[in-house]
Amino acid sequence: MPDHANSGMPWGTKLMAFTSVPTRQPNRRTTELLLVIGAWILGVAGTMQIAWATGEGMTPRLWITVVIVGILAGAMHVAVRLTAEYADPLFLPLATLLTILGLVMIYRIDVASALRAARNSAPVPTPDVYAQLTWFTVAVVLFIAVLVLVRDHRRLQRFTYTFGLIGLLGLLLPLLPVIGNTVNGATLWIRVFGLSFQPAEASKIFLTIFFAGYLVMKRDSLALVRTKVFGVGFPRPKDVGPLFVAWIISLGVLIFQRDLGTSLLFFGLFVVMLYIATQRRSWLIIGASLFSVGAILAYFAFGHVRLRVDIWWDPWGDANNTGYQLVQSLYGFASGGLFGSGLGQGFPEFVPFANTDFIVAAIGEELGLVGMCALLLFFGILIERGLRTAIAVRDSFGQLLAVGLSIVLALQLFVIVGGVTRLIPLTGLTTPFLSYGGSSLVANWVIIALLIRISDRARRPDVFVPSVDEAFTQVVRRV
Amino acid sequence: MNRPIRRIGAVLAILLLAMIANVTYVQVFKAADYRERPGNQRQLLAQYDRERGPIVAVTDAVARSMETGDSLRYERVYSNGPLYAPITGFDSLVYGKTGLERTENKILNGSSDLLFVDRTKQLFAGRQVQGGSVITTINPDAQFAAFQGLGTKVGSVVAIEPSTGKILASVQSPSFDPNLLSSHNPASIRTYYEKLTADPKKPLLNRPIVGLNPPGSTFKLVVTAAALASGRFTPDSLLPGPKTYRLPNTTTYLNNWNRKACSPTGMVSLRSALAMSCNTAFAWLGNELGADALRKQAQLMGFDTRFELPLRAARSTFPADPDAPQTSLSAIGQFEVRATALQMAMVGAAIGNKGALMNPFMVQEVRGPDLSILRTTQPSIFNQAMTVTDAAIETEMMVNVVKNGTGSNARISGIDVAGKTGTAQTGNDRPSVAWFVAFAPANNPKVAVAVCIEQAGAAEISGNGLAAPIAKKVIQAVLKLS
Repeated sequence: MPDHANSGMPWGTKLMAFTSVPTRQPNRRTTELLLVIGAWILGVAGTMQIAWATGEGMTPRLWITVVIVGILAGAMHVAVRLTAEYADPLFLPLATLLTILGLVMIYRIDVASALRAARNSAPVPTPDVYAQLTWFTVAVVLFIAVLVLVRDHRRLQRFTYTFGLIGLLGLLLPLLPVIGNTVNGATLWIRVFGLSFQPAEASKIFLTIFFAGYLVMKRDSLALVRTKVFGVGFPRPKDVGPLFVAWIISLGVLIFQRDLGTSLLFFGLFVVMLYIATQRRSWLIIGASLFSVGAILAYFAFGHVRLRVDIWWDPWGDANNTGYQLVQSLYGFASGGLFGSGLGQGFPEFVPFANTDFIVAAIGEELGLVGMCALLLFFGILIERGLRTAIAVRDSFGQLLAVGLSIVLALQLFVIVGGVTRLIPLTGLTTPFLSYGGSSLVANWVIIALLIRISDRARRPDVFVPSVDEAFTQVVRRV
Repeated sequence: MNRPIRRIGAVLAILLLAMIANVTYVQVFKAADYRERPGNQRQLLAQYDRERGPIVAVTDAVARSMETGDSLRYERVYSNGPLYAPITGFDSLVYGKTGLERTENKILNGSSDLLFVDRTKQLFAGRQVQGGSVITTINPDAQFAAFQGLGTKVGSVVAIEPSTGKILASVQSPSFDPNLLSSHNPASIRTYYEKLTADPKKPLLNRPIVGLNPPGSTFKLVVTAAALASGRFTPDSLLPGPKTYRLPNTTTYLNNWNRKACSPTGMVSLRSALAMSCNTAFAWLGNELGADALRKQAQLMGFDTRFELPLRAARSTFPADPDAPQTSLSAIGQFEVRATALQMAMVGAAIGNKGALMNPFMVQEVRGPDLSILRTTQPSIFNQAMTVTDAAIETEMMVNVVKNGTGSNARISGIDVAGKTGTAQTGNDRPSVAWFVAFAPANNPKVAVAVCIEQAGAAEISGNGLAAPIAKKVIQAVLKLS
């Protein structure tokens, strides 16, 4: 059409006129980039605030760290732009923001520990923030690897049982004699070549994939074959088998590894996925009953479980000993109040395990209730995007996988935040993205990669057929 | 599968709200409660983030805050710790505060209402809240003279300006180093504190104002005042002063300190009886006047009142309902008569200040961080404890004690020193207490001082031997004589 070339109208205006066809969707990659940059700027500001408030100053090492974090975030954005063009634009910025906030708080606690050591003329401990940065680099590499290797999440379904086996093995590895490692009473770690790793963190992903694949195959028999008891339809004992297996595995984790949090996480995850797959509320009832039985049994059978509940009921009963962590955590939150002491101006190092289990207490103290609400809402939005992805994606496997991964994040958050604020008994779990610890950070980033992959599929136009007009326009322009 | 996903979403939203509600509960509604809990170090540590105002003696900051460079920004430093410990007290991470650090805490940490304007200014200037300073009435020379005089003896010294009630010196021995209790190292604080509490000499006791001892013969000053006030006695009235005095209704005999009669005739004037500290004469006089008259005079001079300097002094006491022999013993400052060094200095000050007893105080003024004066203590009268005439008569009698009597070691050439010695038994086999109460110059006293030496040890010690020289040094320091 010669008039295009002669009209003098900008090409973009013409393009818009032509592309108002339903198959062309905005991909929001620029929104994502701007949000990632915003998260990075917040992190830089937080770092500078701490460096200034504690009198440490912005050392060259800090500047390098800040730049590296920026490069890593940028690399992930490029990877998403190239391999998952239509992905939800909020996953990456939110996870980046939370990771950066974690790095900032870990740096904050490093500074506090160093000052405390200097005060007691003790040797200054190695800062954790650089180790965490290294793990973040590993996480980014894995994130990109997942996006590049898994071009379609449905291919994961083929490996359902393989992943199930790997997941189970991961849970059992710490129990092996040579490489198994017990820290603070929980047998969760394996130690290979001097590196500690929590295989349960990887297991939660493998098992989620396994649950999703397994339930897609079995959900019809699980959902449709019922026996009525008191007017409520219950599945046949034969079909309940897998649920019992999950329950026993959870109890096993609890008994042999003394890890209440992980045990809760797996059981809750499986029950919820079962419910979603079958749409039968009876699974929730059975799950809740099994949970209650397990919880009561555990309370009476295991001292460490009973202790956790007793501390929760009355932390001040033994405030200087068993209740110490929780009491100090509550003092931290209380001292933060509405607006917090400000970064670098509180005493987060008073809480034991300040940069792992209790990192949220440090945030509550220095950023206050305002900061805590913002943090919880960021997580809320992240999980909501996960569920929205599950609703939007068209294949059942993708739906279940997206729900499962979102629930893994949600349960972790609830168990740990509820624990440190005394909403529920405290069980050791890391706060996703925030806590110091490589396995957890890497695993959670792989979850984000998978969610991005699924959401890219969900939002990608079904069949992308360039319209004649558009093709023609391009031809004109090239001429 | 969308409906169950939405339902799970709703459940997760409820969990999120529960977390937010719970965090709000902890951080807002329970926050005040948690902050106040014992064992919460944060509140305490926040205090160390402020520059606490100094405690000043004339121009020396005897307690001040120094920046440390660690996370507890300020540390309390006492430039001459043990010397001023009975006044400043300590400011400890572990054991809280004592002394002026405690009573003037709100001024020093800047939270007092007096400092409201300063706080607001600092807020707008974006500066850290700074505390005000507390200017004491202490005369550093007198304080040092008393401290040096006490040396390794166990005891206390209080010096007062009679015309105003200003405490010029308040010294104890043994003392302690508040620096070691105010450090930032809880372990060493505990070690030192436990060492202090285990010490039988009780260095943490604020001896000058709470250490109670029988005043012995220095209480004869009160009895003399009561005798003059009765109108029945003059300095020349003759009293029986035999070698021994049989306590009424008993077979117990009271001796004089030198185991001799107070005069060859057995009769002695009131003036002489005070000058040679005649026990038999005063034991008799006590019963002549009666316990009620003695108690009334003692109360006019500050007994039975709890003074706040603002450090809280102990109440000195005269027994409530003594019988005749107990009254005799009380008249020579034994039995259940108990007095602090502060109290006996006040007795001296009342006589010296023409009978007018001023309320004692230790804080001269309070200043803001910009050194503006926020509050000045106005001297106030506690009681006209005796008439001007009687006060002048007793002053003359006390000058006689130093010139011709038992107080010879307090003589200062060119100056009339009024004084009274005392030595008190504290019980069988228990060490005695040596006292000296004095003021000078007699006609217009600038200082009244009481020295109390506990656990004096050997029986031959006396107020004149141990206590009078210390009183003399303090008087010389205040009058700037060397």
